[in-house]
This record gives sequence, structure tokens and C-alpha cells, in this order.
Amino acid sequence: MASSVALFVPCYVDQFFPHVAIAALTVLERLGIQVDVPEGAACCGQPAANAGFAREGHSTIARFVDVYAPYERIIVLSGSCAVHVKQHAGEVAAHGGHADTAGAGVAERTTEFCSYLHDELGVDWIAGLGATYDGRVAVHIGCHALRGLGLAKPSELQVRPFDKVRALLGAVRGLEIVDLARPDECCGFGGTFAVAEPAVSTKMGRDRLRDVATHGAQALVSTDMSCVMHLDGLARRERMGLPMYHVAEVLAGTAGAR
Amino acid sequence: MTQRSFELPVVGASGRVDHPAAAAAFNADVARTEWHDASLWFVREKRDRAASTVPGWEELRARASAIKEHALTHLDEYLVQFEANATRNGMQVHWARDADEHNRIVHGILSAQGASRLVKSKSMLTEECGLNPYLEARGIEVVDTDLGERIVQLRGEGPSHIVMPAIHLRKEEVGDTFHDHLGTPAGLAEPNALAAAAREHLRQRFLAADCTLTGINFAIAETGGFVVCTNEGNADLGMALAPIHIASVGIEKIIPRVEDLGVFLRLLARSATGQAVTAYSTHVHGPREGQALHVVLVDNGRTRQLAREEFWRSLKCIRCGACMNTCPIYRRSGGHSYGSTVPGPIGSVLTPGLDLDRYATLPFASTLCGSCTAVCPVMIDLDTQLFRWRQRVVENGHVSLAKRASIDGATRVLDRPRLFRLLGAVARIGLRILPAPLARRAAGVWGRTREAPVPPPQSFRAWYRRHRGGAA
Ligand code: SF4
Repeated sequence: MASSVALFVPCYVDQFFPHVAIAALTVLERLGIQVDVPEGAACCGQPAANAGFAREGHSTIARFVDVYAPYERIIVLSGSCAVHVKQHAGEVAAHGGHADTAGAGVAERTTEFCSYLHDELGVDWIAGLGATYDGRVAVHIGCHALRGLGLAKPSELQVRPFDKVRALLGAVRGLEIVDLARPDECCGFGGTFAVAEPAVSTKMGRDRLRDVATHGAQALVSTDMSCVMHLDGLARRERMGLPMYHVAEVLAGTAGAR
Repeated sequence: MTQRSFELPVVGASGRVDHPAAAAAFNADVARTEWHDASLWFVREKRDRAASTVPGWEELRARASAIKEHALTHLDEYLVQFEANATRNGMQVHWARDADEHNRIVHGILSAQGASRLVKSKSMLTEECGLNPYLEARGIEVVDTDLGERIVQLRGEGPSHIVMPAIHLRKEEVGDTFHDHLGTPAGLAEPNALAAAAREHLRQRFLAADCTLTGINFAIAETGGFVVCTNEGNADLGMALAPIHIASVGIEKIIPRVEDLGVFLRLLARSATGQAVTAYSTHVHGPREGQALHVVLVDNGRTRQLAREEFWRSLKCIRCGACMNTCPIYRRSGGHSYGSTVPGPIGSVLTPGLDLDRYATLPFASTLCGSCTAVCPVMIDLDTQLFRWRQRVVENGHVSLAKRASIDGATRVLDRPRLFRLLGAVARIGLRILPAPLARRAAGVWGRTREAPVPPPQSFRAWYRRHRGGAA
């Protein structure tokens, strides 16, 4: 093991959005964090569990625990995968040479990319990246990252406002964030929901895109590529010409480079 | 109707609620869907503004949750205490195990007094129990007196929302209904004129009624009294005029002390409609002079839900409707798509407990976005309970074998990273070599409205091996 910090790249990011994982790795390395991307766990088990197959998904999260147990920090490149690991890794019992507590330890030490940058490295350090982006963007924080990880104040709660994603993007020169009418409305992806309830899922996504477009955003920046996969699929079908990026791409300076 | 090429956990065989199909039918009318969504979002925003005026709103929610959890875990004691105190106050207390027993008790009270004209207000419980058809079949005239409930009653529909029962209807549709049933001029759709027509129509029913039935928002164990919260004053009119008052209440509506009311009354109206307080919060501590006052305590599956470790907290619900107003699925599918008296997130948690087979699609009518949990004034962990019901649905076999097999297959694949990567490559190449329409069909439902992701030349893992020399 070369490093005590691991990056977990969820299956769909690995297959469909490799540039996002490359950007995340680049950002971490530039910030001086030595990162491993260990092999052996392709998925955290969340898609199966949210579809009602937590039992079947159990072997998947058990493997996740196996692979990531040796690391002190586990950075997940997805808010919803991170929430799943934090909530369910503790249910993994002793197996494969690991102690009973391995799962709970992994749950405890798991974080998400933006949370890690904001909470553990700090915005000043991020500013050192010297990232620039010329344009107006809308920000879409995945619901699990928002309410499960606390990346920003959810609109329902009556607490002091905060927004870690905006804070990170505030370190990007030239980038302007537009306000949306519904700052944290769900995009309608929801894993199997996208295909189990196609009518509502599609409507939710279209409504979200309309909010983004009518407020003059030239691009969408998100914490979660699963939301983006859905929103981008809808936007391209309707020829909206709205590019979408992960926060990591903006920080790495590769947004717009594709 | 939707055409479905994806196998749902439960397919709409006879009698089963098929939420996706109903939601698709609702969405076929895009204008209505957008207007419905906007109406409810408007209420949600009013709620946000109202909540923001209360210092310590989150502490208040936590307090309300704690009081309800305490009451529910001591429900046996508080129910008996309520019965004793209510009896001392001159009320007659009845216990109903289920909907049928509730209906029989109500009918018994009516027939003992020879009553045949019932005015009803503010009671989702009687909807749940199917009281109206039960009484109508026995020659009792039942008139719902909340404006929204009266509208849906005239139309032969159920309520689509627990606080705004006719929120799915446009004013023109209400105008048509009133024209058909109340004789208002054709084409009249001006809300004030319609309300005036309804008031006139209902006034006659109030004067003629020989019994009134209300719900109860809070039954107070300590005093044996109860509180009814309404905006239209119809419950009060009914109580003031009719010689018999029946109040039906689910057993979970008990709160221990009168001082607890201060917590709940501050939360209820703000969460429900964004009002500081409902127009009428009527405290009843005994019958009027010469009036008979009956309270019917109804179980109807509540003790079963209370016994479920994973779901008992759903009984904390004070029926404010905020989880419906905020739910992005409810707003875009309408209350009727749930096929349940209580729709939306809380309905999808409560109703499967009554009949898991029939309501198996409801826990899946959610993205698990968690907005309901964050808005709920009694902090019910709705998204977590929806997740748990999904597991119960699958465990109980309410899922097609085909879907199970495919997920098993996917799990096996994902357990073997190399095989997964191989299949990933095949899939990615497949998307490149297939003609777009064919690839679209292969992507099935996804592709009906969405493009598939653009397949990259190589996966991240392949890139990583090449550039970081990762072991493999
Ligand atoms: S679950 Fe909570 S938000 Fe929904 S109706 Fe009940 S009290 Fe209101």
C-alpha cells in the first residue's frame, strides 16, 4: 500500500465518465495528496439496495469493505455512493480475515470528494490550484450529497445557510454561479427510479433543466455524475446544448476541454 | 397509459396499485402536471417563509418528535387515561379495532337516535374507513362540508391530498361540477362565486343535519379533551348545531399533556399551508348542553404498525401534508396515483403496512431525495422507511422472477471486477457499433426520453493502469 488515502471511482464513472475520475485524481495529486485507486471493488452495492435488493447487494458492499479497510481515508467520487457506504458498511459482519468492526471503520472513514476538499483541506488550499473558468454556471448538488452528507443547507431546514460546493467553486477565478428558482429540487434520476417511473423521472429532469436554462446558466456543475447522466441524456435528446461538468473537472481546469 | 418495457417490482395485476402507470397517465397532460406542481410548490414556499419566522424551528421539530415518540411508546397508558378523563367530561368513548367496527359503531349511534342526515368535516380517517359508502348503503345522507371534500364528493372521487382534497382540480372543473350538482350557471368559474354557492348549499345541509362527525387533530390524555383545527369553520358550525357529535380519531393522535399543544399548534398550520395558525383551533372538553358527544378511538392497523420496529415512527404523523407538498413525485403524479387515502411519502410508508401486495409499488415512487424527511414537523425518517419497505417488498416475493434474476446477475458481475470491466467494454463498444435506434431500444426505457452516455474510448481503470501503473 503506497498511500493511506484511497479514491473510489463508482462503476458508472469508471465506464462512462473516466475524464471525471482523472480530473479528481489530478486535483488531489496537485494538492499534494498521495492517492491510491485500489482494484477489486467495482461498486458499493447502492443500486441493488435502493431497488430493494440490499441482501443481494450485501456481497458487493462486503467486497468494498475488504478492499478499502486498509485505508485511513476513503474518498468517494459520488455523494450517493458515499452515503450508502456510510450508512450500510457497518452492517457488514466479520469475514475475509477482517474484524467485525472493519465495516463500521470503513463507514466512519468514508467521505465524498467535495466534502473532503472543503472539510479536510480547506478552501484556501483549494484556491492554490489557481483554477479558472470563464462563464456562468448552475450548481446541482445531488440529493444524497445535500441531505445525507450535508454539502449545503437544504432549503427545508431553518439553520444558518452554508454551501460547501459554492465555497469550493468560489476559489475558481472567472466562474459565476446563477441562482435557481428551486435551488435543491431533485433531478429525478434516483437509480432504478429513472426506469421504474420513467414519466415522472423525465418530467423532473426536464423541469430541472428548464430552471437552469431560464436563469441564464451556460453550463451545469454537479457533485454527482449519476444526476448528470440523466440530465445530460435529457438535454442532449432535446438538443439544449448545455454542457455539464463534475466539480472536479472545474477545479482541475478541464471543464470545457472536451 | 404507459407502455412499459421495464419490469416493475409489482405489475398491475387486478387490484394492485400501479403507481408508474397512473403517474404516466397523469403526466400525459403536461399543462396540468405543471400547474399541479406549481400549486404545491407555492404552498411549500409559503411553509418555508412561515417556518423561518419561528425562532428555534428545528428545536421545535425535535421536541414534537420526542413528545410523539414518548406518547407512542406509552400509548396504552395514555389511551386509558384519555378514556377515563373524556368519560368524566361527559363523552361516550368507543373502541374500534378496524374500519368495519368503526363504521358499525357510527351507524349504531345514528340509528339509535333515528338520525339520518350526517354532516361531516375534517376526517381523513373516515375516508380510510370507507364510512360514506357504508352509511349511504344504509340510507344515511352524508355530506362532506369542507369545501374541497364536498367538491370531490360531488364528483364521486376521493381526496387527492389530506389537507387540500381537491388540489388536483382547476377552478373550471369545479365550476362544471357545481353547475351539474348545485345548479350554478354554466361556465361560472370565479372562485368567490363558487365558494358562495357552496356556502349556500352547505348551510341548508347544516341546518337540516341531525348529527355531525368531525376528526380530531389532538386528543389530550391529561384533560380528556380534544382539539379540531380547520380553516373554514365548518366543523364548528356542525358542532354548534347538531344534537349529536361523533368525533373519530386514530389512536396515534393522543398527546400526553395540554402544554404539548403549544408545540404542535405552532408546527401544524405553518407546515401545512404556511399559515401561522389555522383559522379555527377548537378545543372540546365536553358536550354542549343537551348534546350527545361520542369519541371513537380507531386502531385499523395502527397497533400492527406500532409493533414494527422499522416503521412505528411513521405513527408520529400529524397529517400536515407538508411531505406531499414538497415531494417532487407527488407534485408530478397527483394524489390519486397512490390509490391510497393518504398519498405521498407518508402514505407510501403507512399504506403498505395495511396490504403490502396491493401497495407494493408505492415505496418505489420516490427518488429517496429526503426532502420529506427534512420538511416533516415531527421528523419522521420517511426516506429511510421507504428504503426499508423496498427490502420487505422484495423479500416477500412481490417482484418478478425476471427482475430478481437480472439483479442477481448484475451482482455476480459486479463482484468480479474483471468480468464487469469486460462487460462494460462490450456495452460501450455495443453502443458504438449499433445503429443509434437499435442501441436506443437496447437501452430500453432509458432511451425513450434520454440519450445514453457517450461511450469513452477507454474506462478510467484502463487509463489508470496505463498512466499510474496500478497493479492488476
Ligand atoms: S409525515 Fe410528517 S410531513 Fe408528512 S403529513 Fe405526516 S407530519 Fe406532515
